[in-house]
Amino acid sequence: MKEEVVIGLEVHIQLMTKAKMFCHCSTDYIGKEPNTNTCPVCLGLPGSLPVLNKKVLEFAVRTALALNCKINQISRFHRKNYFYPDLPKAYQISQYDLPLGVGGYMEISLPESGEKRRIGITRVHIEEDAGKLVHEGDIASSAYSLVDYNRCGIPLAEIVTEPDFRSPEEARIFLVKLRSIVQHLGVCDGNMEEGSLRCDANVSVRPAKSKSLGTKAEVKNMNSFRAVKKALQFEVDRQKKLLSEGEKVIQETRHWDESKNITVSMRSKEEAHDYRYFPEPDLLPLQVDLKMIEEIRRNLPELPEVRKERFTKDYQIPEYDAEILTSSKVLGDYYEKACSLYNNTKILSNWIMGELMRYLNEEKIEIEDSPISSENLVGLLILIDEGVISGKMAKIVFEKMFKTGKKASQIVKESEVIQITDKNELIEIVDRVISENPKSIEDFNQGKEKALNYLVGQVMRYTKGKAKPDFVFEAIKQRIKR
Amino acid sequence: MTKKIITKKEVEYVAKLAKLEFSEEEKEEFTTQLNSILEYFYKLNELDTKDIPPTAYIISMPNLLNEDKVEPSLSREEVLSTNKYIRKGYFQVPKII
Amino acid sequence: MTLNQLTAHEITRLIREKKVTAQEVILDIFDQIDKVDNLIKAFLVLTREEAFKQAKGIDTKVKNGDELPPLAGVAIAIKDILAVQGVETTCGSKILKGFIPPYNATVITRLKEAGAIIIGKTNMDEFAMGSSTENSAFGPTYNPWDLERVPGGSSGGSAAAVAADETIVALGTDTGGSIRQPASLCGMVGLKPTYGRVSRYGLIAYASSLDQIGPITKDVIDCTLAMKVISGIDIHDSTSANIPVPDYLTSCREGIEDLKIGVPQEYFIEGIDQEVKIAIDRALKLFESLGAKIEEVSLPHTEYSLPAYYLIATAEASSNLARYDGVQYGYRADNYKDLLFMYKKTRSEGFGDEVKRRIMLGTYALSSGYYDAYYLKAQKVRTLIKEDFDKAFEKYDILITPTSPTPAFKLNEKMADPLIMYLSDIYTIPINLAGIPAISLNCGYSKNNLPIGLQIIGKPFDEETIIRAAYNFEQNNDVEKKKPEINPARCKEEA
Repeated sequence: MKEEVVIGLEVHIQLMTKAKMFCHCSTDYIGKEPNTNTCPVCLGLPGSLPVLNKKVLEFAVRTALALNCKINQISRFHRKNYFYPDLPKAYQISQYDLPLGVGGYMEISLPESGEKRRIGITRVHIEEDAGKLVHEGDIASSAYSLVDYNRCGIPLAEIVTEPDFRSPEEARIFLVKLRSIVQHLGVCDGNMEEGSLRCDANVSVRPAKSKSLGTKAEVKNMNSFRAVKKALQFEVDRQKKLLSEGEKVIQETRHWDESKNITVSMRSKEEAHDYRYFPEPDLLPLQVDLKMIEEIRRNLPELPEVRKERFTKDYQIPEYDAEILTSSKVLGDYYEKACSLYNNTKILSNWIMGELMRYLNEEKIEIEDSPISSENLVGLLILIDEGVISGKMAKIVFEKMFKTGKKASQIVKESEVIQITDKNELIEIVDRVISENPKSIEDFNQGKEKALNYLVGQVMRYTKGKAKPDFVFEAIKQRIKR
Repeated sequence: MTKKIITKKEVEYVAKLAKLEFSEEEKEEFTTQLNSILEYFYKLNELDTKDIPPTAYIISMPNLLNEDKVEPSLSREEVLSTNKYIRKGYFQVPKII
Repeated sequence: MTLNQLTAHEITRLIREKKVTAQEVILDIFDQIDKVDNLIKAFLVLTREEAFKQAKGIDTKVKNGDELPPLAGVAIAIKDILAVQGVETTCGSKILKGFIPPYNATVITRLKEAGAIIIGKTNMDEFAMGSSTENSAFGPTYNPWDLERVPGGSSGGSAAAVAADETIVALGTDTGGSIRQPASLCGMVGLKPTYGRVSRYGLIAYASSLDQIGPITKDVIDCTLAMKVISGIDIHDSTSANIPVPDYLTSCREGIEDLKIGVPQEYFIEGIDQEVKIAIDRALKLFESLGAKIEEVSLPHTEYSLPAYYLIATAEASSNLARYDGVQYGYRADNYKDLLFMYKKTRSEGFGDEVKRRIMLGTYALSSGYYDAYYLKAQKVRTLIKEDFDKAFEKYDILITPTSPTPAFKLNEKMADPLIMYLSDIYTIPINLAGIPAISLNCGYSKNNLPIGLQIIGKPFDEETIIRAAYNFEQNNDVEKKKPEINPARCKEEA
């Protein structure tokens, strides 16, 4: 019996406002010394009270609108009560029965089948982040934990999807697109490794065509898109195996262990939480009027879907290219900048999607930190067009540019990779090659044009690739004819 | 609201939620006290409130919102001066089992 | 007469007229404290050095001919539930012993800017939970009128300090009557503003939807001066109202012939002491003679106020007090083996019995399966209680009731059964549920010389009218105004 995989995601994004959600501390907390980015409000000191940062509201509405949600004109805050050292008030200010946005959707394209799937967005709401717990040694053996409150009060938007994913790959595609969307909106930088985008999942398996849901397990601690796909696949396989053996899936929370590539049950650590939600008395109900919603909608930045269409049309590149180039805002910006400096948009696309992405992925560097700027990439391409270097040479130059961050022209000057286009320089080498390879000359004279290729290769070897290949070809031909 | 007695087991559950601990004697006493108080509260059931909206907020006003502006945080010394369980700039707590 | 026996308006005038200095005022204040506070025990902390420093500052301003702020030189005592930067703030609890807030409550900032001089923090029922100040972890406060009796609570320390002339004015807080009831039991004026009138930033929360800060003073004029300073919207409190603060001082002097006064019949049914009833009746006759119209009115849901209040207040309190876990500040138990142990030990050792009782009640009321039956039900009843007042205020400008069913009771008298203690707030609690303002002022004395308080209740944000009614009553009340004789001989056990 074919089974159906059912996955739902719960994504938290840190909103890129300047100040925290309920106070004026900076949101730039990463890398700061512990407990240096706090105030009475985010520390939850006795007597402190929260006041909502208006930008948080704006960013959250932007996000909900981009996900096609209906904005609740009245929404409200609730307290989620539980004890943990990283939660200074012993409650988190969140939203419960009346969230900011509801009933939205996002469309994703599945590249293999070309199918378009609509993923339902159940809700978008806002809540504050907690602090960080640092364990001395590993969590099992340490005698104590250390608490840093710098992250308390950072604004979060929580996006909950319907259980509409039918495979781990779909979930991954969704996340990539969601990240692109929030980057384009300017509300979040979507960095899973740094924790500005976090994802938990609910996974279950059911017989195909069944209307009811199977027992679900919650999977947490997936810290990259790749980890999401691996973890979900593992969990799906684990559940399928259980069911095939006649076992039941237990409803529990499972933790993804990146080092062992397995999900581990957290059931022993788990206690059914009674969060005792009640309306937050310190914050009045949130009023978002139609005028405000329309203004935010009118001023929405260009969304990746729209940008993709525009790239395809304006830059005359295939949809596939446009999809990749708009998968991150910075990447799209990179491409557009380059296109403003250089006409051949397809070649730019090739270089970016090809060489650049390859190096970035290998070195695990994000496009934001690319050692080669758009201007410098264009500089390289111009050198090729001018014939200063060959296409083959260019790849070597590119590698040097990536390693050093220097401009193409600088590297060419320094390492003398300038293409030899002066025939006279070449003649000596060509003659030498001809004299060393009499067989090839004979083959050529008997009509095998291909024999020349070998000779070209030899010249290239001697010139360490500096010669322009078609030039060499002509030069050899001429010499032979002589 | 049912006119039920709150049991000692429920008292233990609530104490667990509230992170309080009581001796057996105290638990007995609490159970009795809470019961008499809750019995008095049972009075509220005399009122039919089916169609009455709850008052979650006694005041009704346009939202008071902050500007997205950064202001200085407390200094590390001020933050860490509140207790002595400090280690390397962090608050130290016993392990979480 | 020593300067500590004067009112704020007298002090400010004398200082302005250069007849006395602020330092002289503070000297007399601390003299009195040194003389009587070992009997009254109103104070937990005294801020002598800082007070003298502030006083010197005021005197320098006077010498330089600078314009003086409205409360220049007025000594003020602060209930220990309000954050004063650099000064220990305990809320009357062991769990906050040693806690020194790194910031000031908004009302403190405003008082300082107004030239008031903070002299110390006053005793209170732990976390404002109580009606007698007997729930303080640091021992009770004693009523200056009779040292064997309670001063009321939870702002007992503040009320007693004003009554004993240990301070000129004081700040208290009121969640279910904690300003008005002690003011009544100590013969002083106490005002609970409309919810949202005064910023709660820096007020250590008990029940967030009910708490308000207000003044306890010797007369109504002093109350208007304090209210003008502390009221008004605050960008640090999302529940503070964006409504302009009127000049209570000028409006209070107008007459009250226009007033239509409602007297809720439900407040005169059970439990009221005969002497209290007589004093209130006499007071009502005075209002009539001043031109006001008096009629009986019904607030039919009054009897449901107490259970509704205790469910809402304890639920919010159980959440507000969850932060006291020993992690960041305050008391932390020793001898813990793990985190859970530390939480339980810290909270069980740090909190007193009444606090634990209310946390348990509140947690229960919010817990899964019980939320609808208890908390939600109480919120619906709250709507009905508010509607009772709304209806009454369609016809009447103010309502008048006793503040407390009895004058000050003896220490330990009501400690055995929590419910009995809860019942001492039946006249004050409905006002907090409705979020409306009310003022308590003295209207007479019992046979054994204990003060009896009159409560005037007003429409939302209409503190002006209740103050006006109070002022007119005060000025025309023919009952002789007394001061307590603090007689150590009357106290059997040395405090």
